[in-house]
Amino acid sequence: MKNMNKKFWMGIILALAFYGIVQVLLTTGIFNDVTRSMLLLIGVNVMLAVSLNLINGITGQFSIGHAGFMSVGAYTSAILTLDYDVPFILAIIIGGIVAAIFGVLIGMPTLRLNGDYLAIATLGFGEIIRIVLLNTEYVGGASGLSGIPAKSTWTIIFFFTLFTVVLINNFIRSTHGRACLAIRENEIAAEAMGINTTMYKVIAFTIGALFAGMAGGLSAHTFYVITPGSFNFLKSFEILVMVVLGGLGSTAGSIVGAVFVTLLYTYLREFPEWRMIIYSIVLIMMMIFRPSGLLGKTKINFGKLGKKEAKANGSIDSSTP
Amino acid sequence: MAASTAVLLDVKGASRSFGGLKALSEVSLHINKGELIGLIGPNGAGKTTLFNLLTGVYPPSTGKIMLNNESVGGMKPFKINHKGAARTFQNIRLFTAMTVLENVKIAFHQHARHSLFSSMLRLPKHFKGEQEITQKAMDILKIFNLADQSEETAGNLSYGNQRRLEIARALAAGPKLLLLDEPAAGMNPNETRDLMNLIAWIREEFDLTILLIEHDMSLVMGVCNRIYVLDRGILIADGTPVEIRNNPKVIEAYLGQEA
Repeated sequence: MKNMNKKFWMGIILALAFYGIVQVLLTTGIFNDVTRSMLLLIGVNVMLAVSLNLINGITGQFSIGHAGFMSVGAYTSAILTLDYDVPFILAIIIGGIVAAIFGVLIGMPTLRLNGDYLAIATLGFGEIIRIVLLNTEYVGGASGLSGIPAKSTWTIIFFFTLFTVVLINNFIRSTHGRACLAIRENEIAAEAMGINTTMYKVIAFTIGALFAGMAGGLSAHTFYVITPGSFNFLKSFEILVMVVLGGLGSTAGSIVGAVFVTLLYTYLREFPEWRMIIYSIVLIMMMIFRPSGLLGKTKINFGKLGKKEAKANGSIDSSTP
Repeated sequence: MAASTAVLLDVKGASRSFGGLKALSEVSLHINKGELIGLIGPNGAGKTTLFNLLTGVYPPSTGKIMLNNESVGGMKPFKINHKGAARTFQNIRLFTAMTVLENVKIAFHQHARHSLFSSMLRLPKHFKGEQEITQKAMDILKIFNLADQSEETAGNLSYGNQRRLEIARALAAGPKLLLLDEPAAGMNPNETRDLMNLIAWIREEFDLTILLIEHDMSLVMGVCNRIYVLDRGILIADGTPVEIRNNPKVIEAYLGQEA
């Protein structure tokens, strides 16, 4: 038990050190604006990937509607700060909670479905949200909402991301997270061993939606503008790519995947038409040479090696499964 | 037989159809507290279907299932597990990618007292609760001689140990009634004998009532108090091992009709 705690705090300390270094580089101007917005995007993407991993990787429920939850959080928090002058942090949290409510509402009926059917249902949900936003005058229709105050700073995004990773990781490494893993491993046996599988699927879905909603709110307050188009199927797919690249079921993997995809995204900004091709090629290579993902099932032990791995992760980290 | 004769499981006229196929019809049986009951029958007789009804995998089409004087017919499997009936599966269903210890811990989940909230925030309750679960799970593993393999991935265990782990896991849920679906399938005679001794021992130690599906006749005849015989979805006989052995209907079901 003590050992586990030690690893946990080791991770937190490394994460805070990373935060401090970046903060210094940003204030001294060594990191330019491009690097800064890339770092913010990395934070948002890590939140998205880690929360989707909880649903897809840990609980084994194949969901591809994550951008839908993200858009709910983004629009909710943007409306709250634009029209109601709600304090920024509070708006983000409310955005997450509204997304979580959607998670419960969508989860209850759809989580009876398995595999492909669930994937199609969640895909449908994401598209429905997008179409509704597209046709709602109040939220600007196709042109979306603009003039959203750019209040997402490095500090805020960093701590939200850290908070997300720590909370989700704590969940996974408890009896409740094990219940979710058991569902992935063998649903019939999990149910026979006294796990309320429906409830835990909905819980995983809801927690995933909560953090996706917060990530959406943070990204809305980073880039001034949100349009329904930025939360389309391709965005859901991009998040899925991060999780699969990193290794389904591994929090550390999701972080690495998110960092990798964001770097790719940023450096291929000039050639948007190449981006999807490169994603696809990377995915195909990955499935051939390393089907379990970059990190697969490897566990990072900070007590033993720590620093090297944390650097590879590029971003925050904690004692990961 | 145990001193108490209170009925633990009482099945009254349970039937189950799949479309036009009647897998079980009007099955009635009872099991007293502390008994070790055998359930035998040729392939396709409906033994596993009966197990599935008893553990809630699907509800009975008609009929009643009473566990400890409470109707459990149609309850969800996890609820029936909470009411005190745990099972193993004919085709082993372990959580193969999880460790041996984690497999057993899953069964203790229902007794966990720390909430989701305290786990996510790592409150002291979380650590206490997790420690308790780990301790109890290790205790069970020790009984099954699996303690030194606790960190091994369940899928890597030998076949015999996977079967034993499945029983350990079922036991961890704290059942009153343990349903074993062919626990000795695929084991050699030595392993089977060890397993039977173990089952007899845990029955005493944990004050269990056991319902056992088994194909190995000598084994069933040797350990069971009473035996029920199913054939094509119908209960054709019940009685002590000696009675069953001499029952013409049973002989006919197994060996075919005399010419």
